[in-house]
Amino acid sequence: MKLSKVSKRMAAVLMPILLLLTTGCTKNIVVLDPKGPIAEQQMDLMIVSLILSCIVIVPVLVMTAIIIWRYREREGRQAAYTPRWEHSTRLEVVWWGIPIIVILILAVITVKGTYALEPSKPLESAEKPITVQVTSLNWKWLFQYPEQGIATVNELKIPEGVPVRFEITADSPMNSFWIPQLGGQMYAMSGMAMTLYLQADEVGEYWGSGANFTGTHFSDMYFDVESMTRDRFDDWVAGIKETSSALTLEGYKQLVEPSTSAVQTFSSFPEGLFEMTVTKYGASHNHGLSWEQAKKFQFEE
Amino acid sequence: MWEKVKSFASEFFVTGDPLIYGADVSIALTLIALVSVLTYFKKWKWLWKEWLTTVDHKKIGIMYILSAFLMLFRGGVDALLMRLQLAVPELDFLLPDHYNQIFTTHGVIMILFMAMPFMFGLFNVMVPLQIGARDVAYPFLNALSFWLFFFGAMLFNLSFVIGGSPDAGWLAYPPYSELMYNPGPGQDFYIWGIQISGIGSLMTGINFIATILKMRAPGMKLMKMPMFSWSVLSSCIAIIFSFPILTATLALLFLDRYGGAHFFTLDGGGNPMMYINLIWMWGHPEVYIIVLPAFGIFSEIVATFSKKKLFGYKSMVYAMMIISLLSFLVWAHHFFTMGTGANVNAFFALTTMLIAIPTGAKVFNWLFTMFRGKITFETPMLWTIGFIPCFVTGGLTGVLLSVAPADFQFHNSYFLVAHFHHVIIGGVVFGYFAGLYYWWPKMFGFKLNERIGKWAFWFWNIGFYLCFMPQYVLGLMGMTRRVFSYGWDKGWGDLNLVSTIGAFLMGIAFLFQVWQIAHGVKHRKDNLDKTGDPWKHGRTLEWSIASPAPHYNFAVLPQVTEQDEWWEEKLRKKQGQFVPAAPKKLEPIHMPRNSGIPIIISAFFFVAGFGFVFHWTWFIIAGLAGVAACMVAHSFNYDTDYYIPVDEIERTEAESRVTN
Repeated sequence: MKLSKVSKRMAAVLMPILLLLTTGCTKNIVVLDPKGPIAEQQMDLMIVSLILSCIVIVPVLVMTAIIIWRYREREGRQAAYTPRWEHSTRLEVVWWGIPIIVILILAVITVKGTYALEPSKPLESAEKPITVQVTSLNWKWLFQYPEQGIATVNELKIPEGVPVRFEITADSPMNSFWIPQLGGQMYAMSGMAMTLYLQADEVGEYWGSGANFTGTHFSDMYFDVESMTRDRFDDWVAGIKETSSALTLEGYKQLVEPSTSAVQTFSSFPEGLFEMTVTKYGASHNHGLSWEQAKKFQFEE
Repeated sequence: MWEKVKSFASEFFVTGDPLIYGADVSIALTLIALVSVLTYFKKWKWLWKEWLTTVDHKKIGIMYILSAFLMLFRGGVDALLMRLQLAVPELDFLLPDHYNQIFTTHGVIMILFMAMPFMFGLFNVMVPLQIGARDVAYPFLNALSFWLFFFGAMLFNLSFVIGGSPDAGWLAYPPYSELMYNPGPGQDFYIWGIQISGIGSLMTGINFIATILKMRAPGMKLMKMPMFSWSVLSSCIAIIFSFPILTATLALLFLDRYGGAHFFTLDGGGNPMMYINLIWMWGHPEVYIIVLPAFGIFSEIVATFSKKKLFGYKSMVYAMMIISLLSFLVWAHHFFTMGTGANVNAFFALTTMLIAIPTGAKVFNWLFTMFRGKITFETPMLWTIGFIPCFVTGGLTGVLLSVAPADFQFHNSYFLVAHFHHVIIGGVVFGYFAGLYYWWPKMFGFKLNERIGKWAFWFWNIGFYLCFMPQYVLGLMGMTRRVFSYGWDKGWGDLNLVSTIGAFLMGIAFLFQVWQIAHGVKHRKDNLDKTGDPWKHGRTLEWSIASPAPHYNFAVLPQVTEQDEWWEEKLRKKQGQFVPAAPKKLEPIHMPRNSGIPIIISAFFFVAGFGFVFHWTWFIIAGLAGVAACMVAHSFNYDTDYYIPVDEIERTEAESRVTN
């Protein structure tokens, strides 16, 4: 959904006023400083719904102030007093009607936006999307790049202008994966793999976090995100391939243990590790994997 | 032997935190002081006869409100501790696990053990008086409801000095609340504290539906009923449909934790999503359950202090009923980002937005009640006026959150935290304060000091905006809820500091309220309400009798012909058109007898709950046996009622200060 120029201009005036009223400082407001198409459209939706709601709210606030001022009891008051006046069909139609119309408009916009921004819907792009498999662990993030064959902990690097297909799961209590400047969050849940498409439009550094509570060191689950040119990304991958060690099953078992972690990189990871994580708790539902396949991924205890 | 005792004690009692040692000491001192004072003044018998065994709805209401105030204090201290920890980046004031326990108990206490009892307290003190009844439909059940709530709350509160508090958030999402991640007793305290008090809530819902439908004064058709009673009815309807869901959900979680079942676990085919759906099927109606009565209170107050009929009575009734119904159709908006898909998200986004329509209509009705009225600004009205802009702007952010695709950016952030505090404090807490100030003279027979009350009002309001407005921005800055600490690099420090200052202003406001009540009690002789109608413009039946109401409420049941019966009668008197009905002959009044069983049976529930928490089978057996014994004892008790003789009624009426 794209906004017209007029409403963009209105928003440009309204939002800072809202923020100035509340704080007076506008830097670091990452949600309102989007760097990708998803976050951008989500911000547009916020602004449109804010403007629409204000159509009702602002007059109500003004009316409240005027009515309280005008009809306060005081000496020499001129204003009318009608203690038995309690009904007016015309007025009631107005104030049931206007909100109904506003909500109807908002509903149409919301439904359209809900389908357009369905997180598992691939982004339109000439570039072929890359896949990053995200696993929420106690209390760290594991990122696997199946096409590149590398893995990292608490550090995410992606090529700019390329859609990223995140596949998200958890090997711990549920969490949610959120990079505010690129777009809204998605839950990470064990026994399921959620899909979220995001894209960074420009080279830059952002950050992400675990947004849903997971216990003691939940507050440490931040990770750095960097979008870089395709060439630099390829160099980075090659560098990791060359210098880092491999992530073994044994190593993964250690990662799963509850603890915080510094940034780590791995030149490879066991094949099917992500699928194993997804299926390991799904004893009764294998998400399309056959029992044979599922068994292959079970830990050898 | 000594070693064994020591190791048991170190696990049984919470150790290692100086804050909690401080709490231990203060709890012990308070208990000792309480017991000594009661013994010194020989007040035990009085306490037992007048309060602990009472079935009088007015006294039960007062006990509810008193408990709610204590819980507001506890939950408020929790809030201030959290705000202190977050005031500056990278503080080490609280340990992370302690912080997690505090936000969990803050949420549970404020919703279930502060808002709910405060609301039930107001139901109890006013609904029978408003509808011209002598009591609630089931007085014994009413006392039982209170004591179950009380012992449930005590069990929950015990966790922070014994065993350890729950730390999985106020709704205890699995799998984090399952044994796998949370083996300690905290979650079990959560389950049993809420279960025991939840039975009480459900029974109150049933009790007040029966009371309102069956015990209205002759002539009071439903459409002539005061708006507060209507709001209680709509809230109780939501209670009886939603609380059984909560009971079942927590029972399943209990089976997981105690019996090794796998309803919501990660392994064994469990599905945490099922819990999340179930808990919000209760949790969302719950927020409307607590806010609907506040709407009723505002409706009463706005009409009284504008000296005008409530505008749009019928549309107010319909709006409340629609809200009560729609509240059951929105639960999935709490997890738009859990991969439910566009169809489900679109449906729940729309139902959520729909609620804004009847809610908005109510605001317009309140505004037009003031329009062409004569507004005065006593404290109840001040809270009502403060509520309007607060709730309207909080509603606006609620509409923003309901836009499903945008919610992906708001969810789990401080934006959300700001929104629900905005509407729950602005709607529920302000509403209950308004109700408390409004009905205080009716409950206690004296008026509170208006000046101190106004100080409290301003401190609350300024503190409130200072506390929560910055949190909206923090949410847009990416600060997530439940973080116990954050780095300097994010730039969240300034706003958090402002927010903390706001929270402390609200803390000061609470102290003003305590002072106001203490001052009121001390100077009550100077501020007695001799007329029964202290605001002079009361409209409904509770203002037609003495303050405080005699324990039988109405010597003669009133005959109702109009919507604002008492106001109309005053008008007729003024215009000289009042024809007093032939004085009715007094008749003996049928009253329920006090009973010790509600408090005893609830204490046994507490014992059983404690046994379940620590897996002490002999405690469980003793507790449940006690419960069964109480039930048997009560079923063989035939001496449950008595009649107040006419001469006693005459004497009470003559002593009462009614001058009408």
